[in-house]
Amino acid sequence: MNAAEPAIRVEGLTKRFGDFTAVDHLSMSVPKGVIYGFLGPNGSGKTTTIRMMCGLLTPDEGKGTALGYDILTEGRRIKKRVGYMTQKFSLYEELSVRENLNFMARMYGESDVRARVDAVMAEYGLADRAKQLASQLSGGWKQRLALAASMIHKPDLLLLDEPTAGVDPAARRHFWERIHDMTASGITVLVSTHYMDEAIQCDHICFIHKGRKLVDAPAAEIPERSGLVTWRIKGPDLDDLAKELRRLAPVEQVARFGDALHVSGKDAGALARSLASYRDRENLELRESEAGLEEVFIHLIEQNRDDAAQAA
Amino acid sequence: MYSFSRIFAVLKKELVQMRRDRLTFAIMIMIPIVQLTLFGYAINTDPRHLPTLLDIRDDGPFTRAIVSTLHTSTFFDVTGVVGSAAEGDEALKTGAADFVVIIPEGFERALVRGERPQIVVEADATDPVAAGGPVGALPVLLERALSPLMEEAALAAPDPPPWDLVVHRRYNPAGVTAYNIVPGLLAVILTMTMAMITAIAITRELERGTMETLLATPARPMEVMIGKILPYVGVGYIQIAILLIAGVGLFGVPFTGGLAPLLLGATVFIVVNLALGFLISTLARTQMQAMQMTFFFFLPSILLSGFIFPFEGMPLWARWLGEALPTTHFIRLTRAVVLKDAGFTDIVNQIWPMLIQLTVITTIAVNRYRQTLD
Repeated sequence: MNAAEPAIRVEGLTKRFGDFTAVDHLSMSVPKGVIYGFLGPNGSGKTTTIRMMCGLLTPDEGKGTALGYDILTEGRRIKKRVGYMTQKFSLYEELSVRENLNFMARMYGESDVRARVDAVMAEYGLADRAKQLASQLSGGWKQRLALAASMIHKPDLLLLDEPTAGVDPAARRHFWERIHDMTASGITVLVSTHYMDEAIQCDHICFIHKGRKLVDAPAAEIPERSGLVTWRIKGPDLDDLAKELRRLAPVEQVARFGDALHVSGKDAGALARSLASYRDRENLELRESEAGLEEVFIHLIEQNRDDAAQAA
Repeated sequence: MYSFSRIFAVLKKELVQMRRDRLTFAIMIMIPIVQLTLFGYAINTDPRHLPTLLDIRDDGPFTRAIVSTLHTSTFFDVTGVVGSAAEGDEALKTGAADFVVIIPEGFERALVRGERPQIVVEADATDPVAAGGPVGALPVLLERALSPLMEEAALAAPDPPPWDLVVHRRYNPAGVTAYNIVPGLLAVILTMTMAMITAIAITRELERGTMETLLATPARPMEVMIGKILPYVGVGYIQIAILLIAGVGLFGVPFTGGLAPLLLGATVFIVVNLALGFLISTLARTQMQAMQMTFFFFLPSILLSGFIFPFEGMPLWARWLGEALPTTHFIRLTRAVVLKDAGFTDIVNQIWPMLIQLTVITTIAVNRYRQTLD
């Protein structure tokens, strides 16, 4: 496997459950050593895709490689070098922190289990809680344990499926620091999330909806590529104003963020003209800016919905 | 204040949940039907048509009358003739026959002379209830067979009968029910715990999501299965030890056989049940469903296996069903080894059906087992 080869490359990946197509001809390429954000609303096919990448589900169509190994035939080789953290905590509640890590180290065939578990516990700050049962850990600590377990065999690729769901901000920040440390040491991290503040931390973002890819680009380029323009409006009676603005044709979405309204549209000129009259209103402060990721994604979802409706 | 609408809300929710869990619903409906069929049609504590062998060492009209009466009796099914006492003993030991009727040499002559000759019946009395009916019917049957001939020959009045009926209640002469129940219990308890524990241990991993963690590791499914099942094999042996010690110590069950044949049989039986638990785990999605399925299997294993109710008392269809259950064969095996001193050669007929069941169960289970989450 040469250095230029991506950590994951899949083409036309498709998975159906009965009549439902969970993943629909998805192609993507994850460069090595990056944090790859895998975004999409609930039920968009993120978990199914991740499971196919590490051999837990068999694709109905398509092919791909992970770390240079075929995802269809070389599942066991992939598993040896991939760390996978499931969406739901899936270690043993009745085992202690150390026992869980010991177990995982043995499952991965680590030669010096004790040394490796000690090292991982020190790295993730779990040493003080070694004897605590997993069932007694809080959400943040469970997540930390799960991350430590998925790193027990020093994988080259880490697949994290909504790792920060239900975790408090401090624990999330700590978690992301760890993720940045990992990529700094050369590990590729694919992380699925629907938190926008986390999406911003990713180097590259792939956004899927209803099993189809909508965007796949470096995070920094996404707002520009979308062509979406957002106006931020501050002032009194924002809720009434929002209702009013939604009726304007060039306005695609209006969302409230604290004391501001984000008003977005694809046609920058038309949007500016529609909003012109509001500029003169008293107390209103209007500012044009680049669209945020959230606006972009909501825009993409709605576009995809329209496309699907037209196709039908 | 109790709110009727709140009670109704809970009730309605409960009914919806019940309807959504198809398996539970099916089992709730099936259990009364199955119980009714088994208790109503299959179970009969007054068994008839018990396999009987004849050991005839005399010939003449009296002997022939006895043989023909036995043939027409509903209690006995004469399945053959043995040439020696040893052959008869072997048949009783392996369970091929429940009774051996011996008419000794010179029976007719002795009868005519009024010497009260013996008619010996060797009965397998491991199940005192099952053996009771036929043994009780014997004097009447013999009288019916022999009296007309006696009258014809103008011999002595038939009261007391001019013959001596000797019944040897083999293996359990005192008719202690516990002797029959304890070895059977061994099979029943193993059936319940082994199948249920494995089924639950596997479905628990599925239910809690830890199966996904296991599947994401490079571990081979067989490694996981063997590792999961082995501890329960150990549990099975501990259960056997407890039951044997308690059976002998508390109930005075005579352990006549060897430990080795029992352990061989137990090992096969434990493996069959673990395989069954494995199969159940591929069908059930939750621990609750696994338990219900085990129970559904457990019911016929108690009722149709000859554990409480005599196997021979059941109609043919129920006996076929019983033959298909591993428990039936292991109950026969434990009773044979514990009470009848059966050795390796005597239990072959119980071992091979279990091996066939093991093959069938394992084949289905392995075919159903998925190495992925598909």
